[in-house]
Amino acid sequence: MDPATLLFSTSHEWLHLDGDQATIGITDFAVEHLTDLVFVDLPEPGRALAAGEIFGEVESVKAVSDLYAPVTGEVTEINTALPDDLDALSEDPFGRGWMIRMTVSDATAAESLLNEIAYRTHCNAAGH
Amino acid sequence: MSEPLLRTPCHGWHVANGARLVDFSGWEMPVQYTSITEEHRAVRTAAGLFDISHMGRIVFRGRDACRLLDRLVTNDVASIEVGRVRYALVCNTAGGILDDVLVYRFDGEYLLVVNASNREKIVAWIQEHSEGYDVEIEDRTGDWAMLAVQGPRSLELASGATDVDVAPMRYYRCAPVGILGHAGWISRTGYTGEDGFELIVPAAATSELWEHLLRTGGALGLVAAGLGCRDTLRLEAAMPLYGHELSEQIDPYTAGLGFAVKPEAAEFIGREAVLAAASRELPQRVGLKLEGRRIARGGATVFSGETAVGEVTSGTFSPTLEIVIAMAYVTSASAATGTAVEVDVRGQRVAAEVVELPFYRRPLQ
Repeated sequence: MDPATLLFSTSHEWLHLDGDQATIGITDFAVEHLTDLVFVDLPEPGRALAAGEIFGEVESVKAVSDLYAPVTGEVTEINTALPDDLDALSEDPFGRGWMIRMTVSDATAAESLLNEIAYRTHCNAAGH
Repeated sequence: MSEPLLRTPCHGWHVANGARLVDFSGWEMPVQYTSITEEHRAVRTAAGLFDISHMGRIVFRGRDACRLLDRLVTNDVASIEVGRVRYALVCNTAGGILDDVLVYRFDGEYLLVVNASNREKIVAWIQEHSEGYDVEIEDRTGDWAMLAVQGPRSLELASGATDVDVAPMRYYRCAPVGILGHAGWISRTGYTGEDGFELIVPAAATSELWEHLLRTGGALGLVAAGLGCRDTLRLEAAMPLYGHELSEQIDPYTAGLGFAVKPEAAEFIGREAVLAAASRELPQRVGLKLEGRRIARGGATVFSGETAVGEVTSGTFSPTLEIVIAMAYVTSASAATGTAVEVDVRGQRVAAEVVELPFYRRPLQ
């Protein structure tokens, strides 16, 4: 997926919106920052998520980070290959490394997400 | 306002080479340069270079230096010969561990290497207990620095930087040495479970030594290694870390460090309390192998059925064994090798088994 077509949260999730269909993952910046990933926990399909709700976690040798839903809706599909292929997160975070798909019921929260340029600026400003 | 972080002589190199720096006990230290796993594997298969200048270095000289150290630490200092290093604990009067330390004996002086997190506490403790002793004590942490070369290729690397033949040096030996023309100290010690050396050099010469080692060691597979992999390496080797396995609430026997306690040798502070602990039924430090990939970290509760039987002190994903490992204190009833337990990892029970420590032992040469 081309990052220029995505929306980004300051907690480093990316969101691809196509009508009411959303695909969600975490950014290259997040993956580089975490390093040494060992585990990813994703929700069951059918789970209802509110924007800002924790939908899973990603764990590295150093720490555990929660994953936050950027919009409200229902999980329709998860990337079942990902837990056994964590390299996908570092090699192709915006493609093979996708995490969940959702049917969006309320996209209001997407309005406060960042475009790629604003997101990169945010990452640089955070001093990383 | 918090105090500005202390920096080692290699700080500029760390920054210029993309190290991720964190506040480590008041020092701005590199956690990793590339990835913890890569650096960990380099140390197990070739060699890693660590900046460990944050460790405290305290020199004892004078007629009563040995007598004072024997009062301060649990091991037998009087029997340490020149050129030897010994692991010891500093305990409070209740037998709780204030720090774990190395005592180096050189001709005419002793060196006490203490944890960065405990340096100020230990310096104050020493001051408090040195009255009446004819001893000169100097905290030399700032004007010296300390580098560790660890891994199967360390001998070649250390040989290339020193003016004495270090090959005959055995484990836990130390010597004064010329390092690139500067007077320093070398010891065959480390905190990774591999063969290795630790070098103590004047702060002004440290950067030069750091870059010299990396330049000459590159062909042997030497990489700069951060404190992140130092932690995973020591955990595989089951070496305790102060603040995790060791604290003022833990006595040396509970920690499984009875080998460093010589109550017959000297009246060290806390001796009676430590001896009393030796005869009690205590929790024991054990190793755990966990199922799955979730890491049980310090503070996680260990269960046998519905009964809490202990607490995890450190855990990680072991890059060498490629499983999740942890150290924990558990009741003696659950401490036998092979005991099946469960660990509460952030609200989920994960199956685990008590295993022998260490998790990793380096192959004999």
